[in-house]
Amino acid sequence: MADLSAAPAALLTTADGRPLKAALARAQQQAKRRAFLLVLPLLAFIVVTFVLPIGQMLHQSIYNDKFSANMPRLVAWFESTEPGTVPDEAAYEALALDIRDAAVARTIGEVGTRVNYEYSGTRSLFTSSGRKFRSLEPPYKEAVLEAEPKWADPAIWATMRQVAPAYSTNFFLAAIDMTRNEKHEIVAVAEDRQIYVTLFKRTFFMAALITVACLILAYPVAHLLATLPLKWSNLLMILVLLPFWTSLLVRTTSWMVLLQQQGVINNTLVALGIIGDDGRISMMYNQTGTIIAMTHILLPFMILPLYSVMRPIPPSYVRAARSLGASSWTAFRRVYLPQTLPGIGAGSLLVFILAVGYYITPALVGGADGQLISNLIAFHMTNSLNWSLAAALAAILLGVVLVLYWLYDKLVGIDNLKLG
Amino acid sequence: MALPVYASPLERVWYFSRLTICALIFLFLISPILVIIPLSFNAEPYFTFTEKMLAFDPEGYSLRWYDLLLTQPGVPTDVPRDAAWWGQVWREAAWVNAAKNSVIIGFFSTIVATVLGTVAALGLSRAEMPYRKAVMAILISPMIVPIIITATGLFFFYSNPCSLLTWTGLAADSCGRLAGTYTGIVLAHATLGIPFVIITVTATLSGFDHSLTRAAASLGANPTTTFFKVTMPLILPGVISGALFAFVTSFDEVVVVLFVAAHDQQTIPRQMWNGIREQISPAILSVATILVIVSIGLLATVELLRRRSDRLRGVTGV
Amino acid sequence: MKKLLILSTAMTTVGFSASAAELAVMSWGGSYETSQVEAYNKPFAAEKGVVVNMLAADNPATQIKAMVEAGNVTVDVFDVELSDAVRLCDEGALEVIDHAALPAGVDGTPAADDFIDGALASECAVANIVWSTVAAFDSTKVSGADSIDDFFNLAEFPGKRGLRKGAKANLEMALMADGVPAAEVYDVLSTPEGVDRAFAKLDTIKSEVVWWEAGAQPPQLLADGEVVMSTAYNGRIFAAAVGEGKPFEIIWDGQIMDFDLFVVPKGAPNKDLAMEYIAFATDSQRLADQSKYISYGPARKSSAPLVGMYQDGKTAMAPHMPTSPEALTNALVNNFEFWADRDVELNERFNAWLAN
Repeated sequence: MADLSAAPAALLTTADGRPLKAALARAQQQAKRRAFLLVLPLLAFIVVTFVLPIGQMLHQSIYNDKFSANMPRLVAWFESTEPGTVPDEAAYEALALDIRDAAVARTIGEVGTRVNYEYSGTRSLFTSSGRKFRSLEPPYKEAVLEAEPKWADPAIWATMRQVAPAYSTNFFLAAIDMTRNEKHEIVAVAEDRQIYVTLFKRTFFMAALITVACLILAYPVAHLLATLPLKWSNLLMILVLLPFWTSLLVRTTSWMVLLQQQGVINNTLVALGIIGDDGRISMMYNQTGTIIAMTHILLPFMILPLYSVMRPIPPSYVRAARSLGASSWTAFRRVYLPQTLPGIGAGSLLVFILAVGYYITPALVGGADGQLISNLIAFHMTNSLNWSLAAALAAILLGVVLVLYWLYDKLVGIDNLKLG
Repeated sequence: MALPVYASPLERVWYFSRLTICALIFLFLISPILVIIPLSFNAEPYFTFTEKMLAFDPEGYSLRWYDLLLTQPGVPTDVPRDAAWWGQVWREAAWVNAAKNSVIIGFFSTIVATVLGTVAALGLSRAEMPYRKAVMAILISPMIVPIIITATGLFFFYSNPCSLLTWTGLAADSCGRLAGTYTGIVLAHATLGIPFVIITVTATLSGFDHSLTRAAASLGANPTTTFFKVTMPLILPGVISGALFAFVTSFDEVVVVLFVAAHDQQTIPRQMWNGIREQISPAILSVATILVIVSIGLLATVELLRRRSDRLRGVTGV
Repeated sequence: MKKLLILSTAMTTVGFSASAAELAVMSWGGSYETSQVEAYNKPFAAEKGVVVNMLAADNPATQIKAMVEAGNVTVDVFDVELSDAVRLCDEGALEVIDHAALPAGVDGTPAADDFIDGALASECAVANIVWSTVAAFDSTKVSGADSIDDFFNLAEFPGKRGLRKGAKANLEMALMADGVPAAEVYDVLSTPEGVDRAFAKLDTIKSEVVWWEAGAQPPQLLADGEVVMSTAYNGRIFAAAVGEGKPFEIIWDGQIMDFDLFVVPKGAPNKDLAMEYIAFATDSQRLADQSKYISYGPARKSSAPLVGMYQDGKTAMAPHMPTSPEALTNALVNNFEFWADRDVELNERFNAWLAN
């Protein structure tokens, strides 16, 4: 570069007299723009129909205005006073009027539900107060305490102060079984209410177990496919690809048919006299069922990357090792296995990523202890309607998946994803 | 992995036990799919092989569950099956209507996914594409992100699409909704199918010889002609495979449908989901059997296309 | 956007959009749905020319709030339990129903007096039936079970148990099995010690429980041999036992009675038609007709004399009702205020208990 600018007379030019370097840069710029324009419609589509909706949903994990929108007077009182202030007549007036209005507007249930997330057992205080506060007269403090003595509890006031701002990190705390106490310190929730950490642990444990099971089953099969002549391996490959193309619900149904108490496997075992009719094995509606069915469903995702790594390994390497005196085990461990590590990494990461977020199979065959974190997110979305908590759980799950995805990209490269 | 001549007796035992293990694993892979096929012809409402079935007694088998697919919920079973009857089946049978919905949703979402995905793959496989890795990561992410997260995101987005604009500060107020519309489901399924189109088409393009398009250009073809006369025929197998993947993704998708569809928008997977949760009647197995046959057909198509594509691109071997 | 428009127009012309004279009703599926289709929907369609589409859910109440909050109400009428009706009414998710507009009983009694106590307890709902949660068993695998204690007695009656996945009904049954008289169940359950006691009782059978969610599941679980005893909605067991000849028996001891009620969600697409449907479906004759198909008691006093035989023409319905004298010896009436207020917190506790 330096000598080019030092000798401008020697600059190469194009036919129309422009410097070649500039023309090249321009052409490249254009090519870049053209390539990007081809991708742009899809990128915009994905951002609008996928990335932003998920972002908006995750936003709910830190934003919940069920209290602030329905209790304006009390929120104002909390804003104008220091934390720890003993509620005075003004506070009780704000409380009484807000609850009365919320009861008339039929939003008192929502307010109670919001407070109940932080201080379990308080929802009923709000709904019953809503029925009683319709005709309160000043002085409010006396009237409120007479109607519902529980309002004297300082813990309730501390909790309401906490939930007054619409933005808070409390739902993330709840998602890891933590809460804030009256002094605003972060503490673990009561033992009989802890659930999410257990579930995250179980989800990761089961995903890991399924990954290992897939690896153990996939390795010999992939090795066989990679070493057979193409004619045969292509034929056997169909046995791997057919499950891959078969509907997930069909495969889950099949496993239910096989694993039931009166199902094919149990019936066969009874008919063969291996177990008695009253000794039928429960393989469904528990972790066993989830693990068996998910291993089957995810197995092709392990076999395919292993196969594509094993196929190009020349058999002469192992033969060379054997001829140099290595036992077959040593030859495998020192020569063959290291060469398949990229395939093991790719397959394991992919299976683990897919397993961690699984929903349908655990929902159908999981029973009580085979449920994964996705099922709990769905529960909070459709049953308990604690959408902020669902969003916080989703955010944590998504975080884990994205880290693994990033790792996959680093180690394997997204371009190397193959489908059959 | 033929057995080498220098193998010791122990190695021979190990070799054959390895083959047995592999055979068992293949059995594990395929038997769950095959076992439901005979069971769907069960004459009894059970999910196990009855004694009559095992004795191959024709009385143990029947088509009653397939018949149920045509007649549930209100089509009469005891009338002659003439054109009018088939017309009623076409209009009223729940499974037939679910199949129609599934096919239509699958068709439109496949078109959206394939067109957008193919065009983007053309851009992505150009060497000049800026931020290639990052863009690719975003476009593939619908395949990686847990489906429940996608479904909940779409649940809120579809109930008020413009809230997204409000949230991002671009506009205010609400405008219509996508929840409970077929357009909404089609867009969601297209999003889920796009990664498959991108993967298959970029894979086809990776072996693409760019001197062919340059040759076309130097012979005077404009870019459009070059695309349709040179590029397209070569990448077509990849595009079709991608489209089939996208179609299957839509055809098999139930979670997003459960979250964003109206309650009367039934699809085949949704009907199956409801059926499995309440009771797996053999009618579910007959649907499953039909779906297995469809997937065998799709698999065969994709395999043929892949071989054709490899041959066209001059790739041999794998 | 233009492409979207073309796409959606193309798809509407394929013939998808719902026509105006249709009503969507969400109920509990299975044999209960069948009874409603036969007794309410078919005559309604014949008389008013309105097609009623039935939809099924494990518990329709859970769908209402999500629909109303998301502004995506696609169903006009829901069939829910009383505590859920009261709670949803409190939360502003339901339309108020004008009880004065309900027709008088067939004997001329005004609706307000004709409905049994509690059937009109919520201003947003009208009851149609009285049903109950009972324990039931497969008589080929269990014999002689006749009290709720037996359900919790694994030593004498070994085998898997089916229970509804939720706190409601399970906690009450656990307490009754633990010796709490029906009249005191809710007093005990209102104390933290009472809740602990109920969970401790459930702990004794937890390892043997298969959890169900949809009302159609318990008869299926019993039929498949997945469980030998299960709690269930009494009508489902009746339909399987009498209707399909399954060897199932009901333990009436410790049954928990509740109402099912019709409600209309805020923003229902066909609100007026929904109100018309509710008034039609809950008149004396319709309620009596329903008991021809399933063993649930009508919510109107004037329907009782009209109750006759099961659809097979030979089974008298009265002894199969949860309100029959022998069924009532040790029965609990669901305390809707208790559950309206404490549903959320007890289910939270229940889920944590289930996961650990």
